Amino acid sequence: MNSAIAVRPQPSMRFRGRSFMAFVLTPSLPIANWLAELDKWGRNSPDFFVGRPIILDLAGVPLSEPGISQLITVLAERGIRVMGLEGAEPEQLSTSLPPLLKGGRSAGETNAPAGFDAPRGAQAGAPARAEPTSLLLENPIRSGQSVIFPYGDITVLGSVASGAEVVAGGSIHVYGALRGRAMAGSMGNGSARIFCSKNEAELISIDGYYRTAEEMDATLRSRPVQCWLEDRVLAIAALD
Amino acid sequence: MADMAKVLVVTSGKGGVGKTTSTAALGAALAQAGQKVAVVDFDVGLRNLDLVLGAERRVVFDLINVVQGVAKLSQALIRDKRLENLWLLPASQTRDKDALTEHGVASVIKEMRSKFDWVICDSPAGIERGATLAMRFADAAVIVTNPEVSSVRDSDRIIGLLDSKTEKAEKGQRIEKHILITRYDAQRAARGEMLNIGDVLDILSTPLLGIIPESEEVLRASNVGSPVTLSSALSAAARAYVDASRRLRGDQIPMTVPTDRKRFFDRLFGRRAA
Repeated sequence: MNSAIAVRPQPSMRFRGRSFMAFVLTPSLPIANWLAELDKWGRNSPDFFVGRPIILDLAGVPLSEPGISQLITVLAERGIRVMGLEGAEPEQLSTSLPPLLKGGRSAGETNAPAGFDAPRGAQAGAPARAEPTSLLLENPIRSGQSVIFPYGDITVLGSVASGAEVVAGGSIHVYGALRGRAMAGSMGNGSARIFCSKNEAELISIDGYYRTAEEMDATLRSRPVQCWLEDRVLAIAALD
Repeated sequence: MADMAKVLVVTSGKGGVGKTTSTAALGAALAQAGQKVAVVDFDVGLRNLDLVLGAERRVVFDLINVVQGVAKLSQALIRDKRLENLWLLPASQTRDKDALTEHGVASVIKEMRSKFDWVICDSPAGIERGATLAMRFADAAVIVTNPEVSSVRDSDRIIGLLDSKTEKAEKGQRIEKHILITRYDAQRAARGEMLNIGDVLDILSTPLLGIIPESEEVLRASNVGSPVTLSSALSAAARAYVDASRRLRGDQIPMTVPTDRKRFFDRLFGRRAA
């Protein structure tokens, strides 16, 4: 009986895993030019990075620790808070810097927004598992809801509300009105498309190239449209 | 009989759209039709339903007391002086919403199910604890929406929560949902200063329960502590609430916007979506 008591499991602390999609910034030399390019882009899309997890990939820039620290400060002044580092040597880093991350899956890097020459993710760890390749949603997507399906297409029979978002590795089909955000090709698929029967979108994005409602032609509002990527430019055309 | 009870939450997300007024008016209309009704104020810390029902001077115990077992349900319920079928379970004004526990609310709602035909829960604004507990055990929901974009988007958010966070939803059942459009001004809508009804229903893709016109009578009713269906029963707003209460009971009534000008009923459409 004593032994039974001894092996009774203690209530233990629970640790849960959670995965996030981070944006990877890849500075290149000379850094001043890269920052100028970033600023140019940032003027068109202020606050794009606010609240998003950002990883700084330093593989292309051999920087000393003070250099890394300065780069992080300069980015912070632009409202970009770096959550972790990649591609740096561990001995370069003191504890005051963000932690070095390993094991990131390279498919994610292609989610860089328009204007960046992020290297396209060539090698994908080839998950040979038979994942479902489409997701069918019969109910409307309500404001505040987020549907993320990295493995393929998403089909929404109802509408996507203002303040809701749909993120697909493949294409997105919305048979109702698209009033929120749709992000297709999120894992680096430039041939993904977005279709909706009524375009009231707040933002659409394919493979990281995006357009906000303000940047859409007013004649394309309230109509059925399709969106695709043409030479790294997001194209939108009416379907009626 | 106990199984016949229906628990209804009146909710909206956004504040100031008319949840409490609608709770009182629908509760009174159902009671006037002979149903036994309890209205429950979940707005702990900012209670109002007692004022709108004119019962503020008769509150002794409240929902928190019952949840915590300090008082019995029968001690806390206040019977309306005008309608003998209408009862109020007031909120506490001095506590905050953390005093509500899921277990406590569950047992209070369960006990009320055995005593009433309708238990109508007046939800606080927001999507926090008070609001989620008010909807938690509901069979049906009335989503009060003003015809303007911020209210409609918040209602959409609330519908998402009703479909995911209620006990029914978690069991894989569907909670019955109705849109009640309040503060509707036909003239402003005609001038394009408000969303029109079709747009609201299109965005929310949920059936319409009724359209309550913007009305002086509603404001006056709240101030004199009487549901509008009692204080000015012939007003357009009161008639619209009575129609809505009949639709809640399953009656088929053509959707109209009653007007005060005694012209005719602006006939709308009996649209049923999703």
